Amino acid sequence: MKTQQSFAQRAWAFIKGNPIVIMLALLSIAVGCFVDNFFSLDNLNNLLCNTTIRFLIALGVSGCLITKGTDLSAGRQAALAATLTGVMVQRADYASKLFPWMPEMNMWLVLLIVLAVGAAIGTATGVIVSYLNVPPFIATLGVQTIVYGINLIYTNAQPIGGFSDGFKDFFNGKILPMGSFKGFNGYILFALLFGLLFWFMYNKTTHGKYIYAIGGNENAAEVSGVNVRVRKTIIYMTAGIMYAFAGFLLTGKSGGASASMGVSYELEAIAGCTIGGVSTTGGIGTVGGMLIGVLVFELLKIILQFVGADPNFNYIVQGLVVISAVAMDIRKYVAKK
Amino acid sequence: MSEYRLEMRGVCKSFPGVKALDHAQLCLRPGKVHALMGENGAGKSTLMKCMFGIYKMDEGEIYYEGQKVTIKDPMEALNMGIAMVHQELQPIPARTVGENIFLGRYPMKKFLGFIPVVDHDKMYADTDELLKKVRMNFDSHQKVGELSVSQMQSVEIAKAVSANCKVLILDEPTSSLTANEVEALFRIIEDLKADGVSIVYISHKMDEILRISDEVTIMRDGQYIGTWDSQGLTTDFIISKMVGRELTNLYPEKHNTPGEVVFEVENFTSINPKSFRNVSFNVRKGEILGVGGLVGAQRTELMEGLFGIRSHTTGTIRYQGRELTVDRPKDAIDHGVAMLTEDRRATGIMGVLSVADNISVASLKQYLDLGFVINNGKVENLVKDNVHKMNIKTPSSKTQIQSLSGGNQQKVLVGRWLANDPDVLILDEPTRGIDVGAKYEIYCIIEELARSGKSIIMISSEMAELIGMSDRIMVMCDGRVTGFVDGKDATQENIMELATRFETV
Repeated sequence: MKTQQSFAQRAWAFIKGNPIVIMLALLSIAVGCFVDNFFSLDNLNNLLCNTTIRFLIALGVSGCLITKGTDLSAGRQAALAATLTGVMVQRADYASKLFPWMPEMNMWLVLLIVLAVGAAIGTATGVIVSYLNVPPFIATLGVQTIVYGINLIYTNAQPIGGFSDGFKDFFNGKILPMGSFKGFNGYILFALLFGLLFWFMYNKTTHGKYIYAIGGNENAAEVSGVNVRVRKTIIYMTAGIMYAFAGFLLTGKSGGASASMGVSYELEAIAGCTIGGVSTTGGIGTVGGMLIGVLVFELLKIILQFVGADPNFNYIVQGLVVISAVAMDIRKYVAKK
Repeated sequence: MSEYRLEMRGVCKSFPGVKALDHAQLCLRPGKVHALMGENGAGKSTLMKCMFGIYKMDEGEIYYEGQKVTIKDPMEALNMGIAMVHQELQPIPARTVGENIFLGRYPMKKFLGFIPVVDHDKMYADTDELLKKVRMNFDSHQKVGELSVSQMQSVEIAKAVSANCKVLILDEPTSSLTANEVEALFRIIEDLKADGVSIVYISHKMDEILRISDEVTIMRDGQYIGTWDSQGLTTDFIISKMVGRELTNLYPEKHNTPGEVVFEVENFTSINPKSFRNVSFNVRKGEILGVGGLVGAQRTELMEGLFGIRSHTTGTIRYQGRELTVDRPKDAIDHGVAMLTEDRRATGIMGVLSVADNISVASLKQYLDLGFVINNGKVENLVKDNVHKMNIKTPSSKTQIQSLSGGNQQKVLVGRWLANDPDVLILDEPTRGIDVGAKYEIYCIIEELARSGKSIIMISSEMAELIGMSDRIMVMCDGRVTGFVDGKDATQENIMELATRFETV
């Protein structure tokens, strides 16, 4: 039965299976030939930095997608984490400090609190999805607006700045390895770290196997002894933690925070996952694929920026790419007639 | 004019890696029932899908009433007069019988003289007419979701009749019907025959084939084996042509010896008053307890209740005297109970996942290093063991399970449960939709498990299988246990008598 495929056959299969990736690779080579500085370390660093945040969110949302769910609240949750971080790391002597009674807090403690809040929101979402049986699309749409509302109310919709030196130093590179590392921003390392963690989870732990099993056939998974409700709750909780972490980094990187951050990050993350081969019909998806998907998406943005396109065109192009990605993914299943 | 209504000749169809049809042929005469037979994977359904325009043939010709035709899609097939009642019925449960039958071709009228709207009165009147024709007397306004499986099937047939079909394909029409419903179906088929409709009848059930069909075409491995007149055919002959060898033993010789009672169920009652109630029984160590009954006897519901898929109100389950609390499947599994569910696709396989993932999912905790890292080598060994022991045919452990044949999928699922080394194994229709060769292999596995001291509970709707395999048979009717029959004394008659012992109201 097994036939040894030649290299050419396998290469062709890869090209057929990943048309968007190939197209963008060719496009970026073309752009690189005509536009200066496209192939530069600076630009690569920029690309990877942009990718990091989206990739972290994509990792969070991937479990929801693999189990045929989704999470539309990712961006707003990240924004809440961002403002929470901002509020807690504001200098005690900062003139327009939002909560003047609040002491200056250690950034690691802040991180812990922010992650805990993310976990709580994620758990709540998970409970709504798996115990109240609200379809994930609706449940997370609701959570999205609730989180946004909370965020606007408690920050008075004001931007938050004036961060403590400890916090700024960490992201400015006075403390290794966060700063410039041979031209690269160190916080790319977080993408690497969490990518590995999630790869490990999906491939080497029972929880990861159960996620695929639920996506493959939820009823069969339950019958096989998987506690689907608990697993799903954990998936959304993990997602919440990832969004919170992304929000924390967002504040650190941009040196400020506001409730309007993170708009449509979930859509970009979902798009990245889909381009990277996470199947919309459940049960399929790899961390490597997600990384490629998110990278490709960010690359597309940078290409548009380099060729001098009106930034608003980005939206249209991105939409088209997402639709084509899903259409081509679905084709793999319907074309087998 | 040809003597045939429809001819398919030299049909070839390949899927990636498989040649599903290799010069298959089928010739249908008007007003005759033509049985199409073959093991699962022989290409029957593929051939029908080519006829119905769902698949495109790679090679071959179709002649309809002597004219060469090409059928691009199901719409074209329907317009030509070819209709198909699928193996899995696909009605729209929330809509009425009438709406289902006339879906896509609603009778129209003009509202206010110019706005086209659906003519509901005509639609329901026509539906009543059609239902009368297929001898069904239920309301055309009823929601299809409220009908029984056999009624839904009648709706599908009525739909085919309403399209004035000349060729009707029935794919496993009796797989979920009771004896009475089968009789009703056969009466409809006789009517259609008298009207000159050509019927393709696909089934694994020999007695039905011998009774209802006029001609039999047998396929094997996508190839055409031959066509015979049904008169004078025997079961043995058909089976030997289907499997390509003489089949001597339908059931393995049994060497298991039932020991002491280990699994006890007492007064088990569902939360649904129409489902199982006051069920008490026990199973011995090394015993195969068959569970018989008609469709609707609540056998599956009872077993799913014991396994924690469905809820119960009262009742106790004991294993070796120890009481088991079962609220969900995980509890049952932790207590050493396993259950192979009835509907392989709905609650068994995870289609897009690999054979390895499917076989290991219920026992993952056994393959951990350091308590949390899955050791893929151990999982591979599990796959290798099972592939070897049960003769599972799969290209590799990474193959998606949905690309295997039904029999091999079932073996993978059996392997999934055996990996946990359960004490009690519940098998719900373990050989449903599996071809003859694989059935025998599954029987051997079951017998061997009983011999090794496991307690087996086996639901089966095939009388012969029930009698051939069981040490004892528990018979249910309408949610209650109506009696037990010793395997040696079991006959179709005494089981049937218990299975139809309804409570007199």
